[in-house]
This record gives sequence, C-alpha cells and structure tokens, in this order.
Amino acid sequence: MLGLNKKDTGLFIFVICVTALAPFIMNPFPADSAMAQFNAGYPDLMQRFVIFGIFAIGFNILFGLTGYLSFGHAAFLGAGSYAAVWMFKLLSYNIVPAIILSVIVAGLFSVIIGFISLRRSGIYFSILTLAFAQMSFAMAYSVLTPLTNGETGLQVYNDDPQWLKGNGPDATHFFGLEMRSTFDLDLGAWSFSFNVGYYFCAVLMLVAFYLSMRIFRSPFGLMLRAIKTNQTRLNYTGLNSRPYTLAAFVISGMYAGLAGGLMASMDPLAGAERMQWTASGEVVLMTILGGAGTLLGPLLGAGFIKYFENIFSKINESVLHGWFGFLPDGIENGLIWVIEHFVGSGWHLTLGLLFMLIVIFLPGGLMEGATRIRDRFSGDKTKKDTEGKYAPAGE
Amino acid sequence: MDAILLQILNGLDKGSAYALIALGLTLIFGTLGVVNFAHGALFMIGAFCAVTLQKILTISSVSIDPEKKDFLGNPMEVKTPYVESIFGEATGQLIINWSVPLAILFAIPVMLAVGYIMERGLIKHFYKRPHADQILVTFGLAIVIQEIVKHYYGANPIPTPAPDALRGSFDFGVLLGFDPNAVIYPLWRLVYFAFSALVIGAVFAFLQFTTFGMVVRAGMADRETVGLLGINIDRRFTLTFGIAAAVAGLAGVMYTPINSPNYHMGMDFLVLSFVVVVVGGMGSLPGAVLAGFLLGILESFAAMNEVKSFFEAIYLPSIDQIIIYLVAIIVLLTRPRGLMGRRGVMEE
Repeated sequence: MLGLNKKDTGLFIFVICVTALAPFIMNPFPADSAMAQFNAGYPDLMQRFVIFGIFAIGFNILFGLTGYLSFGHAAFLGAGSYAAVWMFKLLSYNIVPAIILSVIVAGLFSVIIGFISLRRSGIYFSILTLAFAQMSFAMAYSVLTPLTNGETGLQVYNDDPQWLKGNGPDATHFFGLEMRSTFDLDLGAWSFSFNVGYYFCAVLMLVAFYLSMRIFRSPFGLMLRAIKTNQTRLNYTGLNSRPYTLAAFVISGMYAGLAGGLMASMDPLAGAERMQWTASGEVVLMTILGGAGTLLGPLLGAGFIKYFENIFSKINESVLHGWFGFLPDGIENGLIWVIEHFVGSGWHLTLGLLFMLIVIFLPGGLMEGATRIRDRFSGDKTKKDTEGKYAPAGE
Repeated sequence: MDAILLQILNGLDKGSAYALIALGLTLIFGTLGVVNFAHGALFMIGAFCAVTLQKILTISSVSIDPEKKDFLGNPMEVKTPYVESIFGEATGQLIINWSVPLAILFAIPVMLAVGYIMERGLIKHFYKRPHADQILVTFGLAIVIQEIVKHYYGANPIPTPAPDALRGSFDFGVLLGFDPNAVIYPLWRLVYFAFSALVIGAVFAFLQFTTFGMVVRAGMADRETVGLLGINIDRRFTLTFGIAAAVAGLAGVMYTPINSPNYHMGMDFLVLSFVVVVVGGMGSLPGAVLAGFLLGILESFAAMNEVKSFFEAIYLPSIDQIIIYLVAIIVLLTRPRGLMGRRGVMEE
C-alpha cells in the first residue's frame, strides 16, 4: 500500500490506529479516581506528543541515518515558531499560511547553517551547529528584537494589521475550525476529550511519519546509511556525499520548522527560549531514548519524555505522602526525601540521569531493549551475534 | 590610544577564562580523545567551591548581647563566626575577607578528586565509543551536576566579593606613561589575568620540564607505543584529566568576584570555550590559549561604541553578540585545522 512493503504497511496502520484512538488510550483511568493524575488524555499534552514526535522524526532522518549529531536543531524550531506568529500578526489566525511559511523559513535557515556546518564532520559538526544555535538564540534576544520581540516573546496584539482576518475567529483556526475547540465525551466514570488541534497535528504527524518511512526505504535513505557506515569509503568510490547530507539536514530542519509552526498554531506565542541549546539536547534525548535509526523510536521517545515530564512535574511532597503513608514514619520520610530530588522541579535532574543511563547501557534506545527482550524469549541466538552493538535495532 | 588599551584590558579577563577552560578541554581531548561537554560544569563547581568556603568560614555561633538592643528594644543577637573566636577577631575577619583567594587551596584537592572520580567512574568506559556517545553522556552529566548545584544553592547568583585590599581600581595608564586617570581598571580583573597567566605557565612548565609531563606529551603523540614501552599511560592520563578539571575549577574560583556565580554559568562559558578550541585548533594547547585571549579581546573591541556604530552603518547591529561565532565560522571555512592546529590532525 502506498509504496510500502507489507511489514511497513502494518506498522503504519498501527501508528494510525494509535494516534486516532489516543484520546481513549491515554485516559485509561476514570476521571475521579486516584489514578487520574496518570491520565495523559488532555488536549495540551496530546498536542505536545505529536508535535515533538514530528520534531524527533525529523531529527532522526539526520542523526539516525547519517550519524551527524546536530546540537542546534532547536534553532529551526524557534525560527518556525516566529514565522508562524508573524503570519498570524500580518494575515489572520488561519494556520495554513503560517505552517507553510514556517516550513519554508526553517528550510532556508537550515540550508544556510547546513551548508557551512556540513563542511566538517564528527565533533566539529556538533560544535558548529551548537555555536549557530547559540548565536541564533543570542540574536533573537538582542539584535533581532524588532522581529522577535526580545525577552517578552512574540505574540499577537489587538492593533496588529491581520489584513485577511475580516470576520474570522479570534483564535487559531483551520478555515473556521478552531484549534482549541474540544468535544468532551463522558462514558460513565470516564471522560474523553477530542480536540481539533490534536487531530490536526496528528494528521500532519502521520504524513511526516509516512514521508520518513519512504525516505528510510528509498535509495536516498540507503545512501545516507552508507554515509553513517563509512563516509571515507563512500568518498573513495567517487561519490560526493555532501549533497546527500545537506539534503538530509534541510529535510530535518523543515520537520523542525513544521513542529515549531504547529506549536505556534496551538498557542500563538513564540519565545527565544525555544531555541536554547538545552531544547536541542532534549530532541537528541528523545531520539536516542526511543532508538536512533529506527522508524518508531523517535515517536516513542518523544511520547515517553513528554509524558514523564508532565507526570513528574505534577508530583509534590503531599502526593508522595499520600502514596507512602502506609510505611513507618522513618522509612516514609527517608524515601520521600530521596524521591523529592527527582520529582517536581527536580525533573531536569531525572532527565539528565536518564540521558546518561540510556547512553551508557542502552545506546540503541527502547527499540533495542525491546529487541533484546524478544530475542531472549525466542532464544534466537544466531541473530544476536550478527547484530553489532551499534547496529540500528528493530529493523 | 588609551581607549584601545582599555579595551585590551577588558578583553583580557574574559579571555583568561576562555583560555583556561579551553586549555583544559584541549588537554582532555589531546590525551584521552574525549570531547567533554561537562567541562563548563567543572568551571561552575570551582566557582561554587569559593561559595562553599565562604559559607563554611562564616558559620557562626549565636550569642545574645544584653547591652545592645535592636530597633524593637529586644536584646540583640550577635553572630560570631567560629573562625573569629578561634583565631581572634582581627585575624578571623581577615580570613573571611580573603575567602576567595583562600578557596584556591580548597578547590585544588576538590577539583582533582572530582576529575579523578569522573574519569574513573564514567569517561573511562567511553574511550572506544563513538564521539557522539561521549558528547551525549557528558552532556547528561553536565545537566545532572547543574541540577544538583541548583538544588542545594538555589537558582539565584550568590555574591562572593573579592578581598577589600583588591577591590578598588588601579591606575594602569601611569605605568605605561599615560596621563594619570586615563586608564583606570578594577584591580581584581588584573589579578585574575595575572593569576590565569600563572596557571597557564604552570601547566606548560609542568608538561615541558617534568618527566611526568614528558610521558604525557609522548602519550598524546602516540599512546600505543608509550604503552608498549611498559609505562602505565592510563594512570597518567587520569591524572591529566584531574589537572584539566583543576584548571577549570581555578578559573571558576577566581571568576566569582567578577560575576556572582549561578548554576548555569558553566553552560554559558562552555559553548564559547568550544568555539575557542575550534578556532585555536583541536588538540593544540598553545592554540587554545592564544585563541582564548584573541577572542576575548576581539569581543571587547566589538563592544566599543565606535566599532558598533560602524557595523550598524553596514547593517550588522550588535556585532559584539555574534563576533566570536562569525570569526569561528570564517576560520573554519578558510583554515579548517584552526590557528595553530597541526596539519592532518582532526581536519576532516
């Protein structure tokens, strides 16, 4: 189907089903029960799942296939957000021109940065992209204030022109369909919300996922893998690898721009902190956590990180006391003292630790973990030997 | 002329910090072949050594002085630092006053230990892994260190003043025959520059004139052969890592009076230090030092009003924010191995 082989078609249909039914899957607990805080089925979080999914899928096309580790992808996300908000300010709240422009702007931006950064490889490339991203961040804060509104962040004001607005709605919309409108379905104790913005992002995410599948299976994708495996040998065969890496860089930059545009479409704001290098680090983590070089990995990683970020940030001392109340006081207080460091505002600490643990013990990410477990149970020893430690897992 | 001299001085103190951090980065990269994204965190740990020592020295015993009253008429609580009760009031106050320079003595063993633990506990396992993994794991470590410091010291900058004796400014121009008051400069920044010159000199002398340094240099050139000669090169490299950590830590200790330390100061310096290393030439120690000072001075020149307005006239406003990155890009495009990098080393 659609130029995919049988296995990929199955995977694609699986992803479609999961995203379509996400409002149900994410809300397994009744709304009033004690477990309701583990529900993730509210619009804001689900939108973040798919938006960061797009970002990570794009990053994976560069890092997973070519092995070029960019530390500056947040710059494209930020550029996309700014472009989208400018479209809201100048034209109207319709998100179509905003998203188109954000992809184009991020694409152009990544052509410039990629053209220079890709002259070097390895760590030089990482440092160069990092420097570019920090430069964009510094510029967004200071020099480009007329474009970015500096520290305040860019937003839509009442006196903005909005030439095409007419009588259109006052919130971001897709030809009249407002992004924030949500249909709530109550089934007994359960409550499910179906949000227009989520489904809009989800459709784009599916398109992005499909494209990335096609890229993975194409001769172009094969060439990118060859670059990762042994670039020197590729050069010796008389091929110039730079156009291929540049194409991969620009594609992933455009994915980041799309994610930035969608972020602004859900909530018409854009700030420089989206470009900071810790934001770039986050998408690297998502991709690695899920499994770089695999199709499903980045989506899985993005969902995992955003879900736990949300859950961990919500937990505070009183919640912990509620959980461990059955323990003797001494043990309870000790345990809570330890856990406290990792939850609430300590989420970043958990993130850093997770980062280290994954890189140390599971460089192939969750997908590799799944493969290892599967191999252990099926007792398939021969496969394990042929698979190198760094071979992309789950294929 | 005096304006130019002032800008050079301005650049020197920032340049010193860049040079010291970049020196450590290059030392680690040259010996162990590891790209250490946690080096900024080491700089920050150094700065917080100064903060910690200051806190330790000002631990006080509280007594109630019946003779003095506070504004509500209650007897006033008097805090006497233990240092003062042990060494007498005058000496005690002097020690507290000089806590930042004293922190150097405190920071050296701490930083050596931190470096040793870091290398043996984590970095050691990453020699054979791809550079991307090294970058990622040290990046994770940097986040962890930063968050721990944030948890215990809070998110706000903590003021750590320089000793009173070094707090004023200094008429530097007179030394060079300018009019008095033409070039006046804060004394501590001159101290910082002198201190970092001393540290840089010490590191180079150590590598150049001791047997240990000779072995390390040999190991940088050809690790395998040195190992085959029956020398335990790994142990020396571990110590080199400790020295690099100590250099970054000392840079941090002495930087605290210039900018009050906060938990993300390391990250702010790290990116620029990497740029410095790249411009100087990956793996070249003199290159790192030279590039550090050059870029520091360049940055301060770009902040001059005359230069700024010139660049604004050709549509490049706020050149001081981006000058370092621009220079790095130009250097990388025209001379990929950096200013003093050897031909063929990391030129891909």
